[in-house]
Amino acid sequence: MSAFLAIFRRDLALSFRQGSAVTLSVMFFALAVTLFPLGVGPEPQVLARVGAGVLWVAALLSAMLSLDRLFQADHEDGSLDLIALGPLPLEFTALANIAAHWVASGLPLVVISPVLALALNLPLNVMPAVVAAMLLGTPSLSLIGAIGAALTVGVRRGGVLLSLIVLPLYVPVLIFGVAAIDAAAGGAAFRAPLLILGALLALGLALGPIASAAALRLALE
Amino acid sequence: MHRFANPTRVLRIAAAILPWSAALTIVLFASGLYFALVASPIDYQQKDAVRIMYVHVPAAFMGMMGYALLAVASAVGLIWRHPVADLTAKAAAPIGAAFTFVCLVSGSLWGQPTWGTWWVWDARLTSVLILFFLYVGYMAIWQAYDDQARAARAAAILALVGSVNLPIIHYSVTWWNTLHQGSSFSLAGSAIDPAMLLPLGLMTGAFAAYFVTVLIYRLRSEIAQRKLGVLRLRQAEGLQAT
Repeated sequence: MSAFLAIFRRDLALSFRQGSAVTLSVMFFALAVTLFPLGVGPEPQVLARVGAGVLWVAALLSAMLSLDRLFQADHEDGSLDLIALGPLPLEFTALANIAAHWVASGLPLVVISPVLALALNLPLNVMPAVVAAMLLGTPSLSLIGAIGAALTVGVRRGGVLLSLIVLPLYVPVLIFGVAAIDAAAGGAAFRAPLLILGALLALGLALGPIASAAALRLALE
Repeated sequence: MHRFANPTRVLRIAAAILPWSAALTIVLFASGLYFALVASPIDYQQKDAVRIMYVHVPAAFMGMMGYALLAVASAVGLIWRHPVADLTAKAAAPIGAAFTFVCLVSGSLWGQPTWGTWWVWDARLTSVLILFFLYVGYMAIWQAYDDQARAARAAAILALVGSVNLPIIHYSVTWWNTLHQGSSFSLAGSAIDPAMLLPLGLMTGAFAAYFVTVLIYRLRSEIAQRKLGVLRLRQAEGLQAT
Protein backbone atom coordinates (compact mmCIF):
# COMPACT_ATOMS: atom_id res chain seq x y z
CA MET A 1 0.00 0.00 0.00
CA SER A 2 2.81 2.41 0.83
CA ALA A 3 4.45 1.67 -2.52
CA PHE A 4 1.12 2.30 -4.25
CA LEU A 5 0.74 5.63 -2.46
CA ALA A 6 4.34 6.56 -3.19
CA ILE A 7 3.84 6.08 -6.92
CA PHE A 8 0.50 7.90 -6.80
CA ARG A 9 2.04 10.87 -4.97
CA ARG A 10 5.08 10.96 -7.22
CA ASP A 11 2.93 10.99 -10.37
CA LEU A 12 0.73 13.71 -8.94
CA ALA A 13 3.70 15.83 -7.91
CA LEU A 14 5.22 15.41 -11.36
CA SER A 15 2.08 16.39 -13.21
CA PHE A 16 1.38 19.40 -10.97
CA ARG A 17 4.92 20.77 -10.92
CA GLN A 18 6.19 19.84 -14.33
CA GLY A 19 5.11 21.38 -17.60
CA SER A 20 1.73 22.53 -16.24
CA ALA A 21 -0.02 19.44 -17.66
CA VAL A 22 -3.11 20.11 -15.55
CA THR A 23 -3.79 23.62 -16.81
CA LEU A 24 -3.07 22.52 -20.35
CA SER A 25 -5.70 19.81 -20.41
CA VAL A 26 -8.27 22.14 -18.79
CA MET A 27 -7.44 24.84 -21.32
CA PHE A 28 -7.76 22.34 -24.17
CA PHE A 29 -11.15 21.27 -22.82
CA ALA A 30 -12.39 24.87 -22.61
CA LEU A 31 -10.99 25.71 -26.03
CA ALA A 32 -12.53 22.64 -27.70
CA VAL A 33 -15.92 23.52 -26.18
CA THR A 34 -15.52 27.12 -27.35
CA LEU A 35 -14.99 26.01 -30.94
CA PHE A 36 -18.40 24.34 -31.15
CA PRO A 37 -20.58 27.48 -30.82
CA LEU A 38 -18.35 29.06 -33.45
CA GLY A 39 -18.98 26.03 -35.64
CA VAL A 40 -22.70 25.37 -35.20
CA GLY A 41 -23.86 28.91 -34.48
CA PRO A 42 -24.67 30.82 -31.30
CA GLU A 43 -28.44 30.09 -31.07
CA PRO A 44 -29.18 29.15 -27.44
CA GLN A 45 -31.66 26.38 -28.41
CA VAL A 46 -29.15 24.71 -30.73
CA LEU A 47 -26.42 24.88 -28.10
CA ALA A 48 -28.68 23.50 -25.38
CA ARG A 49 -29.56 20.62 -27.68
CA VAL A 50 -25.97 19.65 -28.57
CA GLY A 51 -24.38 20.84 -25.31
CA ALA A 52 -24.15 17.45 -23.59
CA GLY A 53 -22.51 15.86 -26.61
CA VAL A 54 -20.08 18.75 -27.06
CA LEU A 55 -19.07 18.55 -23.42
CA TRP A 56 -18.41 14.82 -23.60
CA VAL A 57 -16.60 14.82 -26.93
CA ALA A 58 -14.32 17.59 -25.66
CA ALA A 59 -13.73 15.65 -22.44
CA LEU A 60 -12.87 12.51 -24.43
CA LEU A 61 -10.36 14.37 -26.58
CA SER A 62 -8.68 16.19 -23.72
CA ALA A 63 -8.45 13.01 -21.64
CA MET A 64 -6.77 11.36 -24.62
CA LEU A 65 -4.37 14.24 -25.10
CA SER A 66 -2.49 13.57 -21.87
CA LEU A 67 -2.53 9.77 -22.20
CA ASP A 68 0.62 9.35 -24.25
CA ARG A 69 2.74 10.59 -21.33
CA LEU A 70 1.08 8.17 -18.88
CA PHE A 71 3.77 5.49 -19.09
CA GLN A 72 6.05 6.98 -21.74
CA ALA A 73 8.16 9.14 -19.41
CA ASP A 74 8.73 6.27 -16.98
CA HIS A 75 9.65 4.00 -19.86
CA GLU A 76 12.10 6.47 -21.36
CA ASP A 77 14.07 7.29 -18.22
CA GLY A 78 14.14 3.68 -17.04
CA SER A 79 12.11 4.13 -13.86
CA LEU A 80 9.53 1.68 -15.23
CA ASP A 81 12.18 -1.07 -15.12
CA LEU A 82 13.00 -0.24 -11.50
CA ILE A 83 9.33 -0.10 -10.48
CA ALA A 84 8.74 -3.45 -12.17
CA LEU A 85 11.60 -4.94 -10.10
CA GLY A 86 9.97 -3.70 -6.90
CA PRO A 87 7.58 -5.70 -4.71
CA LEU A 88 4.40 -4.07 -6.01
CA PRO A 89 2.69 -6.05 -8.81
CA LEU A 90 2.70 -4.17 -12.08
CA GLU A 91 -1.13 -4.19 -12.04
CA PHE A 92 -1.15 -1.99 -8.93
CA THR A 93 1.61 0.22 -10.29
CA ALA A 94 -0.51 0.79 -13.36
CA LEU A 95 -3.54 1.47 -11.18
CA ALA A 96 -1.57 4.07 -9.19
CA ASN A 97 -0.46 5.73 -12.44
CA ILE A 98 -4.03 5.71 -13.71
CA ALA A 99 -5.43 7.14 -10.46
CA ALA A 100 -2.88 9.95 -10.57
CA HIS A 101 -3.69 10.57 -14.22
CA TRP A 102 -7.37 10.89 -13.36
CA VAL A 103 -6.76 13.30 -10.47
CA ALA A 104 -4.46 15.42 -12.64
CA SER A 105 -6.44 15.45 -15.88
CA GLY A 106 -9.92 14.01 -15.22
CA LEU A 107 -10.93 15.72 -12.01
CA PRO A 108 -10.19 19.25 -13.29
CA LEU A 109 -12.57 18.54 -16.18
CA VAL A 110 -15.28 17.53 -13.72
CA VAL A 111 -14.74 20.77 -11.79
CA ILE A 112 -14.88 23.04 -14.80
CA SER A 113 -17.65 21.17 -16.66
CA PRO A 114 -20.62 22.97 -14.93
CA VAL A 115 -19.21 26.33 -15.99
CA LEU A 116 -18.86 25.21 -19.59
CA ALA A 117 -22.28 23.56 -19.44
CA LEU A 118 -23.75 26.93 -18.43
CA ALA A 119 -21.88 28.59 -21.29
CA LEU A 120 -23.51 26.04 -23.61
CA ASN A 121 -26.90 27.14 -22.31
CA LEU A 122 -27.72 23.93 -20.48
CA PRO A 123 -30.36 24.65 -17.79
CA LEU A 124 -29.21 25.05 -14.20
CA ASN A 125 -31.16 22.04 -12.91
CA VAL A 126 -29.09 19.75 -15.16
CA MET A 127 -25.85 20.51 -13.30
CA PRO A 128 -26.13 17.62 -10.81
CA ALA A 129 -26.43 15.21 -13.75
CA VAL A 130 -23.48 16.85 -15.53
CA VAL A 131 -21.23 16.58 -12.50
CA ALA A 132 -22.36 13.06 -11.59
CA ALA A 133 -21.95 11.76 -15.14
CA MET A 134 -18.51 13.37 -15.46
CA LEU A 135 -17.49 12.04 -12.06
CA LEU A 136 -18.45 8.49 -13.03
CA GLY A 137 -17.32 8.69 -16.64
CA THR A 138 -13.91 10.36 -16.57
CA PRO A 139 -12.22 7.64 -14.44
CA SER A 140 -13.30 5.14 -17.10
CA LEU A 141 -11.59 7.31 -19.70
CA SER A 142 -8.31 7.11 -17.76
CA LEU A 143 -8.70 3.35 -17.17
CA ILE A 144 -9.51 2.45 -20.78
CA GLY A 145 -6.99 4.94 -22.11
CA ALA A 146 -4.25 3.39 -20.01
CA ILE A 147 -4.56 0.17 -22.02
CA GLY A 148 -3.88 2.06 -25.22
CA ALA A 149 -1.09 4.07 -23.59
CA ALA A 150 0.58 0.88 -22.35
CA LEU A 151 0.24 -0.82 -25.74
CA THR A 152 1.90 2.09 -27.54
CA VAL A 153 4.57 2.83 -24.93
CA GLY A 154 7.54 1.72 -27.01
CA VAL A 155 6.14 2.53 -30.41
CA ARG A 156 7.14 5.12 -32.99
CA ARG A 157 4.30 7.55 -33.87
CA GLY A 158 2.50 6.22 -30.80
CA GLY A 159 0.17 9.21 -30.51
CA VAL A 160 -1.89 8.64 -33.65
CA LEU A 161 -2.04 4.90 -33.03
CA LEU A 162 -3.15 5.60 -29.46
CA SER A 163 -6.16 7.60 -30.63
CA LEU A 164 -7.06 4.94 -33.18
CA ILE A 165 -7.03 2.27 -30.47
CA VAL A 166 -8.65 4.19 -27.64
CA LEU A 167 -11.41 6.27 -29.24
CA PRO A 168 -13.57 3.31 -30.37
CA LEU A 169 -13.38 1.90 -26.85
CA TYR A 170 -14.57 5.25 -25.44
CA VAL A 171 -17.90 5.04 -27.26
CA PRO A 172 -20.02 3.44 -24.48
CA VAL A 173 -18.87 6.09 -21.98
CA LEU A 174 -19.76 8.82 -24.46
CA ILE A 175 -23.20 7.38 -25.18
CA PHE A 176 -24.26 6.92 -21.59
CA GLY A 177 -22.59 10.13 -20.40
CA VAL A 178 -24.63 12.09 -22.92
CA ALA A 179 -27.74 9.99 -22.16
CA ALA A 180 -27.56 10.95 -18.48
CA ILE A 181 -27.33 14.68 -19.21
CA ASP A 182 -30.01 14.55 -21.91
CA ALA A 183 -32.37 12.63 -19.64
CA ALA A 184 -31.92 15.25 -16.93
CA ALA A 185 -32.45 18.05 -19.45
CA GLY A 186 -35.68 16.39 -20.57
CA GLY A 187 -36.87 16.25 -16.99
CA ALA A 188 -36.63 12.45 -16.87
CA ALA A 189 -34.90 10.30 -14.30
CA PHE A 190 -31.20 10.03 -15.10
CA ARG A 191 -30.43 7.27 -12.65
CA ALA A 192 -30.29 4.44 -15.23
CA PRO A 193 -27.54 5.93 -17.46
CA LEU A 194 -25.58 6.82 -14.33
CA LEU A 195 -25.83 3.22 -13.15
CA ILE A 196 -24.56 1.99 -16.51
CA LEU A 197 -21.70 4.52 -16.31
CA GLY A 198 -20.92 3.02 -12.91
CA ALA A 199 -20.99 -0.47 -14.40
CA LEU A 200 -18.60 0.64 -17.14
CA LEU A 201 -16.35 2.09 -14.46
CA ALA A 202 -16.39 -1.22 -12.56
CA LEU A 203 -15.58 -3.08 -15.77
CA GLY A 204 -12.76 -0.66 -16.56
CA LEU A 205 -11.43 -0.96 -13.02
CA ALA A 206 -11.28 -4.74 -13.40
CA LEU A 207 -9.96 -4.83 -16.96
CA GLY A 208 -7.83 -1.69 -17.29
CA PRO A 209 -4.98 -2.33 -14.83
CA ILE A 210 -4.62 -6.00 -15.85
CA ALA A 211 -4.51 -5.28 -19.58
CA SER A 212 -2.19 -2.28 -19.05
CA ALA A 213 0.18 -4.36 -16.92
CA ALA A 214 0.24 -7.11 -19.54
CA ALA A 215 1.12 -4.54 -22.20
CA LEU A 216 3.74 -2.90 -19.95
CA ARG A 217 5.46 -6.27 -19.39
CA LEU A 218 5.70 -6.49 -23.15
CA ALA A 219 7.45 -3.11 -23.27
CA LEU A 220 9.89 -4.16 -20.55
CA GLU A 221 11.21 -7.19 -22.44
CA MET B 1 -3.53 -27.37 -28.69
CA HIS B 2 0.22 -27.87 -28.97
CA ARG B 3 -0.27 -30.29 -31.85
CA PHE B 4 -1.19 -27.27 -33.93
CA ALA B 5 1.83 -25.23 -32.90
CA ASN B 6 3.81 -27.04 -35.56
CA PRO B 7 3.56 -24.97 -38.77
CA THR B 8 4.33 -27.96 -41.00
CA ARG B 9 1.44 -29.95 -39.57
CA VAL B 10 -0.89 -26.96 -39.83
CA LEU B 11 0.14 -26.41 -43.43
CA ARG B 12 -0.55 -30.07 -44.18
CA ILE B 13 -4.04 -29.84 -42.67
CA ALA B 14 -4.63 -26.56 -44.49
CA ALA B 15 -3.58 -28.12 -47.79
CA ALA B 16 -6.08 -30.92 -47.19
CA ILE B 17 -8.91 -28.46 -46.47
CA LEU B 18 -8.14 -25.98 -49.25
CA PRO B 19 -9.51 -27.84 -52.33
CA TRP B 20 -12.73 -28.63 -50.47
CA SER B 21 -13.29 -25.11 -49.21
CA ALA B 22 -12.41 -23.63 -52.60
CA ALA B 23 -14.82 -25.97 -54.39
CA LEU B 24 -17.49 -25.27 -51.78
CA THR B 25 -17.00 -21.52 -52.28
CA ILE B 26 -17.57 -21.80 -56.04
CA VAL B 27 -20.59 -24.12 -55.76
CA LEU B 28 -22.26 -22.15 -52.98
CA PHE B 29 -21.64 -18.79 -54.64
CA ALA B 30 -23.02 -20.05 -57.97
CA SER B 31 -26.17 -21.55 -56.45
CA GLY B 32 -26.55 -18.79 -53.84
CA LEU B 33 -26.28 -15.99 -56.40
CA TYR B 34 -28.74 -17.78 -58.70
CA PHE B 35 -31.35 -18.08 -55.96
CA ALA B 36 -30.60 -14.61 -54.57
CA LEU B 37 -30.75 -12.71 -57.86
CA VAL B 38 -33.05 -14.78 -60.05
CA ALA B 39 -35.07 -17.49 -58.36
CA SER B 40 -36.28 -15.73 -55.22
CA PRO B 41 -39.42 -13.61 -54.88
CA ILE B 42 -39.24 -9.84 -54.53
CA ASP B 43 -40.34 -8.32 -51.27
CA TYR B 44 -43.82 -6.74 -51.29
CA GLN B 45 -42.43 -3.57 -49.71
CA GLN B 46 -38.73 -3.46 -50.54
CA LYS B 47 -39.11 -4.68 -54.16
CA ASP B 48 -35.79 -5.80 -55.63
CA ALA B 49 -33.81 -3.98 -52.94
CA VAL B 50 -34.40 -7.00 -50.73
CA ARG B 51 -31.75 -8.82 -52.76
CA ILE B 52 -29.05 -6.63 -51.19
CA MET B 53 -29.88 -8.45 -47.97
CA TYR B 54 -28.38 -11.66 -49.38
CA VAL B 55 -25.00 -9.94 -49.41
CA HIS B 56 -25.49 -7.65 -46.44
CA VAL B 57 -26.53 -10.18 -43.80
CA PRO B 58 -23.81 -12.79 -44.53
CA ALA B 59 -21.20 -9.99 -44.64
CA ALA B 60 -22.34 -8.70 -41.25
CA PHE B 61 -22.30 -12.23 -39.88
CA MET B 62 -18.81 -12.96 -41.20
CA GLY B 63 -17.53 -9.57 -40.02
CA MET B 64 -18.52 -10.48 -36.48
CA MET B 65 -17.43 -14.12 -36.77
CA GLY B 66 -14.09 -12.86 -38.05
CA TYR B 67 -13.64 -10.82 -34.90
CA ALA B 68 -14.67 -13.77 -32.75
CA LEU B 69 -12.07 -15.92 -34.51
CA LEU B 70 -9.55 -13.11 -34.03
CA ALA B 71 -10.30 -12.95 -30.30
CA VAL B 72 -10.15 -16.72 -29.78
CA ALA B 73 -6.93 -17.06 -31.79
CA SER B 74 -5.44 -14.12 -29.88
CA ALA B 75 -6.35 -15.69 -26.53
CA VAL B 76 -4.78 -18.99 -27.59
CA GLY B 77 -1.69 -17.17 -28.83
CA LEU B 78 -1.40 -15.13 -25.65
CA ILE B 79 -1.95 -18.00 -23.20
CA TRP B 80 0.05 -20.78 -24.87
CA ARG B 81 2.54 -18.56 -26.76
CA HIS B 82 1.21 -20.28 -29.84
CA PRO B 83 2.87 -18.84 -32.99
CA VAL B 84 0.41 -20.31 -35.49
CA ALA B 85 -2.54 -18.90 -33.53
CA ASP B 86 -0.91 -15.44 -33.66
CA LEU B 87 -0.50 -15.74 -37.41
CA THR B 88 -4.08 -17.00 -37.78
CA ALA B 89 -5.34 -13.90 -35.96
CA LYS B 90 -3.15 -11.69 -38.13
CA ALA B 91 -4.35 -13.42 -41.30
CA ALA B 92 -8.03 -13.23 -40.29
CA ALA B 93 -8.03 -9.47 -39.54
CA PRO B 94 -8.01 -8.04 -43.10
CA ILE B 95 -10.65 -10.55 -44.24
CA GLY B 96 -12.94 -9.67 -41.35
CA ALA B 97 -12.34 -5.97 -41.93
CA ALA B 98 -13.22 -6.40 -45.62
CA PHE B 99 -16.47 -8.19 -44.75
CA THR B 100 -17.34 -5.47 -42.24
CA PHE B 101 -16.69 -2.87 -44.91
CA VAL B 102 -18.88 -4.76 -47.41
CA CYS B 103 -21.57 -4.92 -44.72
CA LEU B 104 -21.42 -1.14 -44.20
CA VAL B 105 -21.44 -0.31 -47.91
CA SER B 106 -24.22 -2.76 -48.81
CA GLY B 107 -26.25 -1.57 -45.82
CA SER B 108 -25.85 2.00 -47.03
CA LEU B 109 -26.94 1.02 -50.56
CA TRP B 110 -29.95 -0.78 -49.11
CA GLY B 111 -30.83 2.08 -46.78
CA GLN B 112 -31.08 4.65 -49.57
CA PRO B 113 -34.14 3.17 -51.36
CA THR B 114 -35.67 1.60 -48.24
CA TRP B 115 -35.16 4.10 -45.44
CA GLY B 116 -34.59 7.03 -47.78
CA THR B 117 -31.15 7.80 -46.40
CA TRP B 118 -27.60 6.56 -46.95
CA TRP B 119 -26.68 6.48 -43.34
CA VAL B 120 -28.42 6.78 -39.98
CA TRP B 121 -26.67 6.96 -36.64
CA ASP B 122 -28.53 4.00 -35.35
CA ALA B 123 -27.04 1.83 -32.63
CA ARG B 124 -26.35 -1.19 -34.80
CA LEU B 125 -24.88 0.70 -37.74
CA THR B 126 -22.70 2.66 -35.39
CA SER B 127 -21.43 -0.41 -33.60
CA VAL B 128 -20.57 -2.11 -36.89
CA LEU B 129 -18.65 1.02 -37.83
CA ILE B 130 -16.84 0.79 -34.50
CA LEU B 131 -16.11 -2.88 -35.22
CA PHE B 132 -14.49 -1.74 -38.45
CA PHE B 133 -12.36 0.78 -36.54
CA LEU B 134 -11.37 -1.96 -34.08
CA TYR B 135 -10.15 -4.05 -37.02
CA VAL B 136 -8.17 -1.09 -38.35
CA GLY B 137 -6.60 -0.45 -34.94
CA TYR B 138 -5.73 -4.13 -34.64
CA MET B 139 -4.02 -4.16 -38.03
CA ALA B 140 -2.23 -0.87 -37.26
CA ILE B 141 -0.70 -2.26 -34.09
CA TRP B 142 0.75 -5.22 -36.00
CA GLN B 143 2.55 -2.73 -38.22
CA ALA B 144 3.70 -0.48 -35.39
CA TYR B 145 6.11 -3.02 -33.88
CA ASP B 146 9.26 -4.20 -35.63
CA ASP B 147 9.55 -7.36 -33.56
CA GLN B 148 6.82 -9.73 -34.75
CA ALA B 149 6.63 -11.69 -31.49
CA ARG B 150 5.97 -8.48 -29.52
CA ALA B 151 3.56 -7.23 -32.13
CA ALA B 152 1.63 -10.48 -31.82
CA ARG B 153 1.20 -10.08 -28.08
CA ALA B 154 0.32 -6.39 -28.20
CA ALA B 155 -2.25 -7.09 -30.91
CA ALA B 156 -3.63 -10.02 -28.92
CA ILE B 157 -4.15 -7.83 -25.84
CA LEU B 158 -5.96 -5.26 -27.98
CA ALA B 159 -8.10 -7.95 -29.62
CA LEU B 160 -9.19 -9.30 -26.24
CA VAL B 161 -10.00 -5.81 -24.94
CA GLY B 162 -11.92 -5.13 -28.13
CA SER B 163 -13.85 -8.38 -27.87
CA VAL B 164 -15.70 -6.76 -24.97
CA ASN B 165 -17.26 -4.72 -27.75
CA LEU B 166 -18.80 -7.73 -29.52
CA PRO B 167 -21.52 -8.38 -26.93
CA ILE B 168 -22.25 -4.65 -26.92
CA ILE B 169 -22.87 -4.84 -30.67
CA HIS B 170 -25.17 -7.77 -30.16
CA TYR B 171 -27.21 -6.21 -27.36
CA SER B 172 -27.19 -2.71 -28.81
CA VAL B 173 -30.30 -3.58 -30.82
CA THR B 174 -32.19 -4.31 -27.65
CA TRP B 175 -30.67 -1.44 -25.69
CA TRP B 176 -31.18 1.46 -28.01
CA ASN B 177 -33.61 -0.06 -30.51
CA THR B 178 -34.11 2.89 -32.82
CA LEU B 179 -34.43 2.36 -36.55
CA HIS B 180 -32.73 -0.89 -37.44
CA GLN B 181 -35.13 -3.80 -37.34
CA GLY B 182 -34.67 -6.38 -34.64
CA SER B 183 -33.23 -9.78 -35.35
CA SER B 184 -35.39 -11.97 -37.58
CA PHE B 185 -33.89 -15.16 -36.21
CA SER B 186 -34.41 -16.75 -32.84
CA LEU B 187 -34.16 -20.18 -31.32
CA ALA B 188 -37.92 -20.55 -31.71
CA GLY B 189 -37.79 -20.12 -35.46
CA SER B 190 -37.40 -17.62 -38.25
CA ALA B 191 -39.64 -14.82 -39.42
CA ILE B 192 -38.26 -15.05 -42.95
CA ASP B 193 -40.10 -16.82 -45.76
CA PRO B 194 -38.44 -20.16 -46.74
CA ALA B 195 -38.06 -18.91 -50.32
CA MET B 196 -35.83 -16.12 -49.02
CA LEU B 197 -34.19 -18.21 -46.34
CA LEU B 198 -32.68 -20.62 -48.90
CA PRO B 199 -30.56 -18.04 -50.77
CA LEU B 200 -29.65 -16.40 -47.46
CA GLY B 201 -28.38 -19.72 -46.10
CA LEU B 202 -26.51 -20.52 -49.31
CA MET B 203 -24.87 -17.09 -49.38
CA THR B 204 -23.88 -17.33 -45.73
CA GLY B 205 -22.29 -20.71 -46.48
CA ALA B 206 -20.55 -19.25 -49.50
CA PHE B 207 -19.16 -16.33 -47.48
CA ALA B 208 -17.96 -18.72 -44.75
CA ALA B 209 -16.28 -21.04 -47.29
CA TYR B 210 -14.69 -18.01 -48.95
CA PHE B 211 -13.44 -16.83 -45.55
CA VAL B 212 -11.81 -20.22 -44.86
CA THR B 213 -10.23 -20.37 -48.32
CA VAL B 214 -8.72 -16.89 -48.15
CA LEU B 215 -7.66 -17.47 -44.54
CA ILE B 216 -5.67 -20.55 -45.62
CA TYR B 217 -3.98 -18.61 -48.41
CA ARG B 218 -3.11 -15.75 -46.06
CA LEU B 219 -1.89 -18.11 -43.34
CA ARG B 220 0.35 -19.84 -45.88
CA SER B 221 1.89 -16.57 -46.97
CA GLU B 222 2.34 -15.42 -43.36
CA ILE B 223 4.20 -18.64 -42.50
CA ALA B 224 6.25 -18.40 -45.68
CA GLN B 225 7.13 -14.80 -44.81
CA ARG B 226 8.18 -15.84 -41.32
CA LYS B 227 10.38 -18.61 -42.79
CA LEU B 228 11.90 -16.17 -45.24
CA GLY B 229 12.80 -13.82 -42.41
CA VAL B 230 14.49 -16.60 -40.45
CA LEU B 231 16.41 -17.77 -43.54
CA ARG B 232 17.61 -14.22 -44.21
CA LEU B 233 18.79 -13.89 -40.60
CA ARG B 234 20.68 -17.18 -40.89
CA GLN B 235 22.26 -16.06 -44.12
CA ALA B 236 23.37 -12.81 -42.49
CA GLU B 237 24.80 -14.73 -39.55
CA GLY B 238 26.67 -17.04 -41.95
CA LEU B 239 28.13 -14.05 -43.74
CA GLN B 240 29.26 -12.56 -40.45
CA ALA B 241 30.92 -15.78 -39.33
CA THR B 242 33.13 -16.05 -42.38
